[in-house]
Amino acid sequence: MSAAADLRALRNAACIVGVDESDEIGNLPHKSQLTLHLEAVANAVRDAGLRISDVDGIFTAGQHSPALLGEALGITPRYVDGTSVGGCSFIIEVGHAVAALHHGLCDVAVVSHGESGRSGVGVSPRRDTSLTGQYEAPFGFGGAPTFFGMLTTRHMHVYGTTLEQWAQVAVSTRRWAMLNPKALRREPLTVADVLASRPVVYPFNVLNICLVTDAGGAVVLTRADRARDCAKPPVYVRGVGEGTEHVMVTQMRDLTFSEATRLAGEKAFRMAGVGPHDFDHVMLYDAFTSGPPLMLESLGLAGRGEGVHCFAEGRSTPGGSLPINTNGGGLSYTHSGMYGIFPIIEATRQLRGECGARQVPGVRLSLVNGMGGMLSAAGTLVLSNEVGS
Amino acid sequence: MELDRPLPNPITPEARPFWDGLREHRLMLPRCGACGHVFFYPRVLCPRCHARDVGWIQASGRGTLHAFEIGYQAFNRAWKVTPPWVLAMVELAEGPRLLSNLVNVEPDPKAIRCDMPVRVVFHRLTDEITLPLFEPAP
Repeated sequence: MSAAADLRALRNAACIVGVDESDEIGNLPHKSQLTLHLEAVANAVRDAGLRISDVDGIFTAGQHSPALLGEALGITPRYVDGTSVGGCSFIIEVGHAVAALHHGLCDVAVVSHGESGRSGVGVSPRRDTSLTGQYEAPFGFGGAPTFFGMLTTRHMHVYGTTLEQWAQVAVSTRRWAMLNPKALRREPLTVADVLASRPVVYPFNVLNICLVTDAGGAVVLTRADRARDCAKPPVYVRGVGEGTEHVMVTQMRDLTFSEATRLAGEKAFRMAGVGPHDFDHVMLYDAFTSGPPLMLESLGLAGRGEGVHCFAEGRSTPGGSLPINTNGGGLSYTHSGMYGIFPIIEATRQLRGECGARQVPGVRLSLVNGMGGMLSAAGTLVLSNEVGS
Repeated sequence: MELDRPLPNPITPEARPFWDGLREHRLMLPRCGACGHVFFYPRVLCPRCHARDVGWIQASGRGTLHAFEIGYQAFNRAWKVTPPWVLAMVELAEGPRLLSNLVNVEPDPKAIRCDMPVRVVFHRLTDEITLPLFEPAP
């Protein structure tokens, strides 16, 4: 049996049946990281019409292991996965959950994120790895902006991309945030505001960089036959894909093109039987304004160097032909550190038609793509409210 | 004298020839004895052909500025260099890339462009540690 045939067997095998954030998201110095996890799991399980005691598969990334979550939830999972390759790990874990559910390794899977990214409550201090400590820190590198900026200035050099074009990504995303009551930043934003904001590390001003918040989020999945008995309409996982290329930014083969993202997208599209131009809703991990355009290029939704054009002329904004980051993104809604759970939550809500003022009319096929590190790792999901052909 | 930047830490055994070379103002790079691939960072097998026959060569110290940033604030606690400063990704003539700083240049995006030629300058921090920094090359 070929690999492609295996993947087709997983198409629509499982559904997302529950999603939610922690009770609140934002600046939460009164809540520990573990609390953010537990609130999110409890809320997402309730959204599915299930009980925590139904959960027998735990998937998470970050500082807390799936074993700790099982203990804290008071359950004994049959299956755990702690894949941790950066902020997209939760997207990748949805794929792993689909496979585990399909093979009966668990019956109800929860993918959980909790991070006290702003307040640092219940967080252990990080240690430099030998690689960062030897080859990056002595030159002033530290924190994602000092690495992602390299991809960005190289893209500007190769394709002539401008600071104004990156700023349009922040402006487009804010337009959606203004429609989302849960978004942290909802005041109007212009390209001039982005260009005039505080310089952090060229080419990024502070408004080119995601928020730093405290937040939890969780996603519940079960097999398609069981999904029909849950509280909300099922969202079918039609395609999943993952890839990793590098960790150290110097090791990325082409700074303007993410091989990990290309791999993840190709696998997910092939499994789902769709092409890059079939989507009517797109969620892209936006830690920096340059991230989503590079993802569009690596996924094949835009030509090389042309990703920024999707954010010009209102295409990506409310009422546009390619709505992107309709929750307001990491740039304006929330970004706790490992953002990847939140695009899954928003895509699910859009496909259920729950999004109120920001609802995209008639959404049928949604693309979720996230990165880990500096486009070092990637996860892609193709989600739909229909089984499809 | 108080250091204005963090010392490389921890130094790993497989990287010792790199750091020893810098102390003597030589930029040393790992080279695969089987396929000739020159790579960085140091590791005990070749990332191209996977042979375990890794030796060392002295690099020319010349390369190009592959990408850059200008820092306007410190990003780690031990960083005391007064901003702005230039963070650099250098592509060495021998092939591999490394992160460094571009010095002896105005820290202004108008004065710096990707692919400009650069050359190594050795920046002594302690008796043990010298860092490879880069400056514009004629």
